[in-house]
Amino acid sequence: MDLVNLGIKSIFVDNMIFAYFLGMCSYLAVSKKVSTAIGLGAAVVFVLTIIVPANWMVQQYILKESALTWLSPQFEGMNLEFLQFIMFIAIIAAMVQLVEMIVEKVSPALYGTLGIFLPLIAVNCAILGSALFMVQRDYTLAEAAVFGTSSGIGWMLAIVALAAIREKLKYSNVPSGLKGLGLTMIITGLMGLAFKSFIGIAL
Amino acid sequence: MSTEVAEEKVVKKSEALFSKRRKKLVADPLNEDNPITIQVLGICSALAVTVKMEPTIIMALGVTFTIVFSNLLISLIRNFVPNRIRIIVQLAVVALFVTLVSEFLKAYNYPMYKVLGAFVGLIITNCIVMGRLEAFAMGNKPYDSILDGFGSGLGYAWIILAVSFFREFLGSGSILNFKVFQALGIPYVNNGLMVDSIGAFMILAIIIWVQRTKTGYVEQ
Repeated sequence: MDLVNLGIKSIFVDNMIFAYFLGMCSYLAVSKKVSTAIGLGAAVVFVLTIIVPANWMVQQYILKESALTWLSPQFEGMNLEFLQFIMFIAIIAAMVQLVEMIVEKVSPALYGTLGIFLPLIAVNCAILGSALFMVQRDYTLAEAAVFGTSSGIGWMLAIVALAAIREKLKYSNVPSGLKGLGLTMIITGLMGLAFKSFIGIAL
Repeated sequence: MSTEVAEEKVVKKSEALFSKRRKKLVADPLNEDNPITIQVLGICSALAVTVKMEPTIIMALGVTFTIVFSNLLISLIRNFVPNRIRIIVQLAVVALFVTLVSEFLKAYNYPMYKVLGAFVGLIITNCIVMGRLEAFAMGNKPYDSILDGFGSGLGYAWIILAVSFFREFLGSGSILNFKVFQALGIPYVNNGLMVDSIGAFMILAIIIWVQRTKTGYVEQ
């Protein structure tokens, strides 16, 4: 039950975009068409599902203080946490490369639409952010897996909704300075306000 | 590489330390080519850390430091990096400097490290840093790259400082933790929306609007 609650909380209340502003770059850049947004969203969910538990294991068995004792008792008290950023980003970059190869093989059409943005998932802050939050909040492995998947789903939900709104707004007449980024920011703010209504939701 | 530079100096007169072109490198990202409002990069941290001005200043310093030095390092090694693995090399270089920033902060200002939390680590994925490395440092000389990084850092800094000024002023009624309204004796009810994410989006939208109207930039 706790896991279900954690999932709901990470999708709606602690939404990656509306609560933590993570992954804004691709969120703003790839939200012009719903179909592309769904593709990128699915890729992010997939990557997050793998990355967060993978980084959990790295943190637990390599980086944490005295974590390497499973190798030999002489590593007692060794703390490799200063290597955290480099380890995490290396794992993320490798994993994204893998996803890119899989997508290219399985669905060339999707690969064509995602184009440049697929490798950019590696520098999507939502991915690294989830990994760092997972460490900060001391999740267990099961919690980490649920957290990764559901924050991915939350991110996908946000980008698909924004893309749908932007498709409608394409032909409206807005002040030239607000066109594009400015208007998107305001829409995101209003969507965030709507998402605020989920606060306190629990099973 | 040093011989190459020396040879060039013989052929053409060396450029002044602060020539017009170099001043432009620093000045352009401040307004006409601002990384946040025009290039739409680095939005995440622009919004996440701007509830109060103090963490924002630390963040701006950290990002500027990271851009300048990773620009320098990448520019120095740009001729030895194979094209296929350049993203990973760039990420490793950025991660190195962010680790330095993070360890420094942990040692000298632990409360601030706690406040910024994961967002120090997220400088690695700040698109401005990667964007400058990819677009500038991979193809330019070290000194120019430092100036370019410095300009982008400043362009980023003034926008997030502006956002945090309004958010702290309206959301907490203070500037740099100094309670302005209380000191003036004006009753002011703090606007909770400004502390929240929604205020950040709105304030940034307004700043973008004003800034783009001023520079006359229109997105297609």
